[in-house]
Amino acid sequence: MSTDSPVPTTNPSLQSKSPIRLISNFLYRHSCLATGLLLLLPMLWLVVVYLGSLGAMLVQSFYTYDRFTGQVIEEFSLDAYKEAFTDPDLSPPNKDVIKRTVRMATAVTIGAAILAFPLSYYMARYAGPKMKGVLYLGVMLPLWSSYLVRVYAWKLILAKDGVMTWFLEKMGLMPALDWLLEIEGIGGNSLSTSYIGVFLVFLYVWMPYMVLPINAALERVPKSLTEASSDLGARPWYTFLRVILPLSFPGVVAGSIFTFSLTLGDYIIPSVIGTSSYFLGALVFTQRGTVGNWPLAAVLTVVPVVIMMVYLSVAKRLGAFDAL
Amino acid sequence: MTESDPRQVAIRFTNVARHFGNVKAVDHVSLDIYDGEFFSLLGPSGSGKTTCLRMIAGFESPSSGSIQLYGEEVSTMPPYERDVNTVFQDYALFPHMNVQKNIAYGLMVKRVPRKDRERRVSEILDMVQLTALGKRKPSQLSGGQRQRVALARALVNHPRVLLLDEPLGALDLKLRQQMQIELKAIQQRVGITFIYVTHDQEEALTMSDRLAVFNHGKIEQVGTPAEVYERPLTSFVASFVGVSNFVESNLAYKVTGESKSFTLRPEKIRLTTPDASIPADCYGLNGTIRDVIYLGMYTRYLVDTEVGIDLTVVVQNLESTSSEVFAARKRPVKVLWQKAHNRVVEE
Amino acid sequence: MRSNSLAFLRNPFAQRAGRSPLFLKIATFAALLFLHFPIWIIVLYAFTTEERTFKFPPPGLTTEWFKVAYERQDFWDALTLSVKVAGASSGIALVLGTLCAAGVYRSKFFGKDVISLLVVLPIALPGIVTAIALRSAMRTIDMEYGFLTIIIGHATFCIVIVYNNVIARFRRTAHSQIEASMDLGASVFQTFRFVVLPHIASALLAGGMLAFALSFDEIVVTNFTAGDDQTTLPIWIYTQLFRPRDRPVTNVAAVFVITVTFIPILLAYRMTREAEH
Repeated sequence: MSTDSPVPTTNPSLQSKSPIRLISNFLYRHSCLATGLLLLLPMLWLVVVYLGSLGAMLVQSFYTYDRFTGQVIEEFSLDAYKEAFTDPDLSPPNKDVIKRTVRMATAVTIGAAILAFPLSYYMARYAGPKMKGVLYLGVMLPLWSSYLVRVYAWKLILAKDGVMTWFLEKMGLMPALDWLLEIEGIGGNSLSTSYIGVFLVFLYVWMPYMVLPINAALERVPKSLTEASSDLGARPWYTFLRVILPLSFPGVVAGSIFTFSLTLGDYIIPSVIGTSSYFLGALVFTQRGTVGNWPLAAVLTVVPVVIMMVYLSVAKRLGAFDAL
Repeated sequence: MTESDPRQVAIRFTNVARHFGNVKAVDHVSLDIYDGEFFSLLGPSGSGKTTCLRMIAGFESPSSGSIQLYGEEVSTMPPYERDVNTVFQDYALFPHMNVQKNIAYGLMVKRVPRKDRERRVSEILDMVQLTALGKRKPSQLSGGQRQRVALARALVNHPRVLLLDEPLGALDLKLRQQMQIELKAIQQRVGITFIYVTHDQEEALTMSDRLAVFNHGKIEQVGTPAEVYERPLTSFVASFVGVSNFVESNLAYKVTGESKSFTLRPEKIRLTTPDASIPADCYGLNGTIRDVIYLGMYTRYLVDTEVGIDLTVVVQNLESTSSEVFAARKRPVKVLWQKAHNRVVEE
Repeated sequence: MRSNSLAFLRNPFAQRAGRSPLFLKIATFAALLFLHFPIWIIVLYAFTTEERTFKFPPPGLTTEWFKVAYERQDFWDALTLSVKVAGASSGIALVLGTLCAAGVYRSKFFGKDVISLLVVLPIALPGIVTAIALRSAMRTIDMEYGFLTIIIGHATFCIVIVYNNVIARFRRTAHSQIEASMDLGASVFQTFRFVVLPHIASALLAGGMLAFALSFDEIVVTNFTAGDDQTTLPIWIYTQLFRPRDRPVTNVAAVFVITVTFIPILLAYRMTREAEH
C-alpha cells in the first residue's frame, strides 16, 4: 500500500474549486437554507394555488347574487348564507339536503367499516406473504382504477333488466326486493333509482379506502399481544373485543375520514345512479352550472369544509392520524 | 510511531464543544491525536465519543472551538473536502452497487482514471481477502464480509485519517476477536491514523496505541492502555476500564491515614490467613468472605473487611478446584496489597 | 370433523394462528368479489349485441363495438387530451412532490406537520371543495378555462401521491448512506446523482404512474376546471351516459380506461414491492 503514492485528488481542498463545488459547499454549510429552497416551489404552489383558491371561494361566499339580472354583485354581505339556511322557497330545502348527505355519508362509513374489517383482519393475521400480496393488489386495483367507470358499472348492474334483477329473479328473491324498495326513506321505483342503490355504489367505490388504514393498524398490533391476552386466560372473543378492536380503532377512524369526506363531496354518483333528490355535491354542481349562483355554491361548499374540519379534529383526538 | 517524539499532530481539538439544544454532547474537549496512531475514543453511549468522531468526519460542526486536521482548520469544511474516511457502524454500503462499485465510489467521484481505479480496487480487495466477491451486491454478503467491504471502501482512498464507528459492534464474539487482530495488522501495514470509537473497554485496550475515556461529553483521561488501566485518574475511568474497588475518602482514611479516595484493582489483592503478618510495603485488613463467584479461569471473592470496606478480590484458579473455592465462604481472611497499587483518584 | 367445521359458529377466533376461521374467509372472499365483480361486468358488456338496454345476460356477443369506437374521432380526441393532461400534471406533481418530500424529510422544525397536512388537504377534503375553490379562484383572476386550468387542478391533488411514495422511501433509507457518500468525497450534487436518485428512482416512477392513473380518470375537479371544448376521456364518458350515441361504445371506452389505468398500477406495485425486498 505504501508504495502507491497518493493521487493528487486526495487533497481536494488544495485544488481550485469549480463553481458547482462552491454551490455545493454553500448548500452544505447552510442546510436550513437548502431545505427551504427544496420546499420553496411546492409550498408556493400549495399556498398560492390551493389555499389561495380556498380563500377565493370563501370571499365569493360573501358576495350577493342578483336573481333578476343573474349577476354576482361583488360586495360583502351575508345574503348567500341567509339564503342557504333559511330561504323556504328554494326548490330543494338546503337543510334537508345537508342532513340527507350527512346521513348517507355516515351510513356508507359504517357499511364500509363492517365490510372492510374482516378483509383487513384476514390480510393482517392469517394470509401468508404471497396471499397478502394478492389481497393487497385486489384492494389497490379497484381503488386506483377509474372511478367513473366503476360507477358506470353499477348502472349496468342495477339497471331494470340488468344483472341484479336477473340474479334475484333466478333466486326467487324479487318479492324481497319489492318489499325493500317500498320502505319509505330508502326505497324507490327501482334499485337504480333508490337510496339503496346510491348507498351500494358509494360503498363499492369508497370501501378500499377503509381497508388499507385498518390493515395498517392491525399489522401494527403485535402477535405477542394476542398471545399474552390468551395466556392470561382471555377467551378469543374477549381478546378480539378488548385487545384487537381497541388497538385497530384508530385505523377505522382514519379510513372513515376518506369514506365520509368522499361521500360528502361527491356529485357524480347521485347523478348517474339514484333518485331525483339532491345531495350536497350535486346541489353545488347545479348552483354553479345551470343557475350560476356562485355565492350560494361557495356557501354550500363551505358546509362540507366545516363538517370535515370538525370531523378531522375529532379523528385527530382519536389517534387516527398515526394510523394514516 | 510512539517512540518518535515530537510527533506530527494528525487531529487537534482545541476547546471543542457541541450542543444539541440544551444538551452538551461534547463539552469543551481538547485533544491531540498523532500521525499513525491507533487511537480509541472509549466511553458509554451518550458520552460524546461518536459526536467527536462525526465532527472529525464533518457530519457535525462544533458549536465552538477548533478542529485541525494536519494543521489545517477544518471545523466548517464539508465532509467531502476532508481527507478523512469513515467506516460506519451499519457499514452504509450502497445497496444498488456491487462490491467493486462500492469500493470504487470514492475514486469515481474524484475522477480518478478508470485504469487506476480498477487497479486500486483489485489491490484493496486482495488485502481484505474478498477478491472473489467483487461482483456481489452487499445484500449477498455476510456481516463480516460487509465489514471488510466497508473498510476497503474507506481505505482505497488513502485517507490521512480513518475513522471507525464501532465497526465490530454487529459481529459475533469470535468474528469480532478475529477482526480486532486483523484491523490492527492492516493499520500497521498502511500506516494511516486510525480513530476508533467503541464502548467496549476490552476492545479499546487490545487494539489502541492510546485511548481517550469519555464521560458526559468530557475526556476523563488520555493515555496508553496500560496507563489508563494501571493509573486511572478518576473513579469513572477506574470503574469503566476494567473492574475496580473504589474506596471513598472517609473509609480510605482508615487504611492509609489520608482522606483521599483511591481505587484498587481486584487482581492486585491477595487473600491470606487472618494471622498473617503485614509486610511494610503493604496494606492489610482482616475480614470475612461474604460470597464466592466461581468463574472457571478465576474466582471472585467478595470480602467484608473489619473497617467497613467491601472489597472484590480476584484470584486465578491455578491449583484450586471449584469445591475448594466454594468452601471458603464465611471464612475469616486477611487481604493484603502493595501500597503502590492504591490509585488516588478524583471523585 | 363435522363438529369441528361448525365450531366457527360458536367461536370464530378460536384458531389463533395459521388456519383462519371459515366465516372470516367467506367474508374476505365476499368483499373481494364485491370489489371486482363490477369490473368483469364492464368487460362483458363491451361485447354485447344489445344496443339500447342493459339486458343481462347479453343476447349475443360481438367485437363490433371496438371497431365502432376505433372510428369515433371524438373518442380519440378525448383520449389524446387525457393523456396530455395526465402526462403534464403528473410531471409537475413529480417535481413538486419530490422536492416537498425531500424538504420535509430533511427539516427538523415543527412546521413539518403543517406542511404534510397542507399536502394531503387537496385529497382529504371532498373533491367538490377543491373543484369549486379552484373555479372560484380562476373566476376571480379571469383565467380562461382550458388545458392549463385542468392541469393546475390535477397537479394540485397529484402532488400528494408522489409525495407519499417518495417520503416513504426516504424514511426507509439509512441516513448513513448519504453521509457515506459525502465522506467518500462526493459533493452534494454527486451524492444526489449517485446515491439519492438511484434510491428513490422506483418510488418516483411508482408515484408518477399512480399520479398519471389518478389524473387520467379524474372527473370531479375536471368538470369545473375544463373549458367547454376541453373533453377529457372521463368527461366524454360522462356525457355519453346522459346523451348516449352508440351506447355500447361507452362500454368499450370504459374497458379501455380500466386497462390503461391497470397497467401503471400493476407496474407501480411491482416496483415498490421489489424495492422493499
